[in-house]
Amino acid sequence: MTRTFLRPFTWLATLWLALLLSGCGYNDFQRLDEQTKSSWAEVLNQYQRRADLIPNIVATVKGEANFEQETLTKVIEARAKATSIQVTPEMVADPAAMQKFQAAQGELGSALSRLMVVVEQYPNLKANQAFADLRVQLEGTENRITVARNRYIAAVQEYNVLARSFPTNLTAMVFGYQPKAGFTVADEAAVSAPPKVDFAK
Amino acid sequence: MGLMGRAPTALRLWRWALLCLMTALAVPALAQGVQPVPALTARVMDQTGTLAAGDVAALEAQLQAFEQRRGTQIVVLVVRSTAPEDIADYTQRLGDAWKIGRRDVGDGLLFVVALDDRRLRIAPAKTLEGAIPDVMAKRIIDQVVTPAFRRGDIAGGIRGGLEHLQARIEGEALPLPEARSDRPSPGGGIDWFEIGLLFLFAVPLISAVLRGVLGNRLGALASGGVSGFLVWTLSGLLWLAIMAGLVGLFMSLFAQQLPVQSGGRRGGGHWGGGSSGSWGGGGGGWSSGGGEFSSGGGGDFGGGGASGDW
Repeated sequence: MTRTFLRPFTWLATLWLALLLSGCGYNDFQRLDEQTKSSWAEVLNQYQRRADLIPNIVATVKGEANFEQETLTKVIEARAKATSIQVTPEMVADPAAMQKFQAAQGELGSALSRLMVVVEQYPNLKANQAFADLRVQLEGTENRITVARNRYIAAVQEYNVLARSFPTNLTAMVFGYQPKAGFTVADEAAVSAPPKVDFAK
Repeated sequence: MGLMGRAPTALRLWRWALLCLMTALAVPALAQGVQPVPALTARVMDQTGTLAAGDVAALEAQLQAFEQRRGTQIVVLVVRSTAPEDIADYTQRLGDAWKIGRRDVGDGLLFVVALDDRRLRIAPAKTLEGAIPDVMAKRIIDQVVTPAFRRGDIAGGIRGGLEHLQARIEGEALPLPEARSDRPSPGGGIDWFEIGLLFLFAVPLISAVLRGVLGNRLGALASGGVSGFLVWTLSGLLWLAIMAGLVGLFMSLFAQQLPVQSGGRRGGGHWGGGSSGSWGGGGGGWSSGGGEFSSGGGGDFGGGGASGDW
């Protein structure tokens, strides 16, 4: 008797709960969580592409006689440092690990751009077709990194807006969803400082 | 005191609300620093008036023919300048906004020229990054496009570049567009699934009802007629309709030998309603016309391609 009475009630309660959950953005949280993860994977993918490209660049540059060794060493060291960081999808939730990762990648990026500036002083290298191709690939990879980072930032922003705005923040509170870490400029102080121009040298 | 305290609070609240409103209004103004994305109206868009009308038409025809043959959508945009952005960022925004390329394939390609900046960019969507790697895009720019641009032959440079790009895309094993004629041919639109559904569910039901009302012989004849008519409206083919009418007639006559009641009970009117709804919806077809251009919406631009200058 109680069972036959309870059964429709249970069904109704389940339905009500399902409606409540989707109404409170539970499904949106799942969707955006996956979106941030996949766009983060794309960011890692493109950073990896850059890291894979560097040995070729280094090898080509080394072929140039008496190339400035200091710049080259810096690139090699920065790459080793950037690739030594263990990257996981869960890193997204850990701001400290993200900070470290970004710092390493930022360092590699600036070492590479310094290398590309130094290369300008070596006409042989500039005329080298293989090196020109590598340069194009590096440029394309940097573009892809920018796009992937932008998409990740947009995905995180969407997620964080959902996690912080009412009433979905209540859902986030109940299920313990924390706002995710976005990208920050690698070295904010260095970027905001005006460039130093020195004609003395 | 309490009253005195209230008035400034109210004032502060009012100021705060005003500030919020102003900030809300200021946001669109902040986003106006960069060049706006133009509306996608054609495959070849020249905002500078540099290309002759004949050149634009020829390039447009070249791209349209290629799209009909291979399905790949290519758009050429000539602008004065992309300042303050780099042409790569500007092209990326175009790609994100237009998403050219077939919806299920995503094969789009952007060819952007900024005349005053003397910069150009070729940006394939991710699907075409294999056909046109960055290095290849750069070589086409350096060896085909910019030499012509240096001679002042903008149209020739674009045409040559497009020919090389199209040759690269031809070599890629992308799905070809379905052979789809411009006018809806009567034979092409037969929905065999719907006709099958009709004979499985609707015809037995109709014949049961009609035989109940009109008697066995007349009912069978009438249900044959009804099924013929329904197939005629579905497919628009007379021969198919006559065949369907005969099949309906025989089904109806044959069904007299079988216990119809179970089928009728199962149908119960629900199927009739459901299928008639689907017949109405079945007509929705292609909206793409012959001349005008619209984005397929499938292109995902991930930053690939190359830029060059002249």
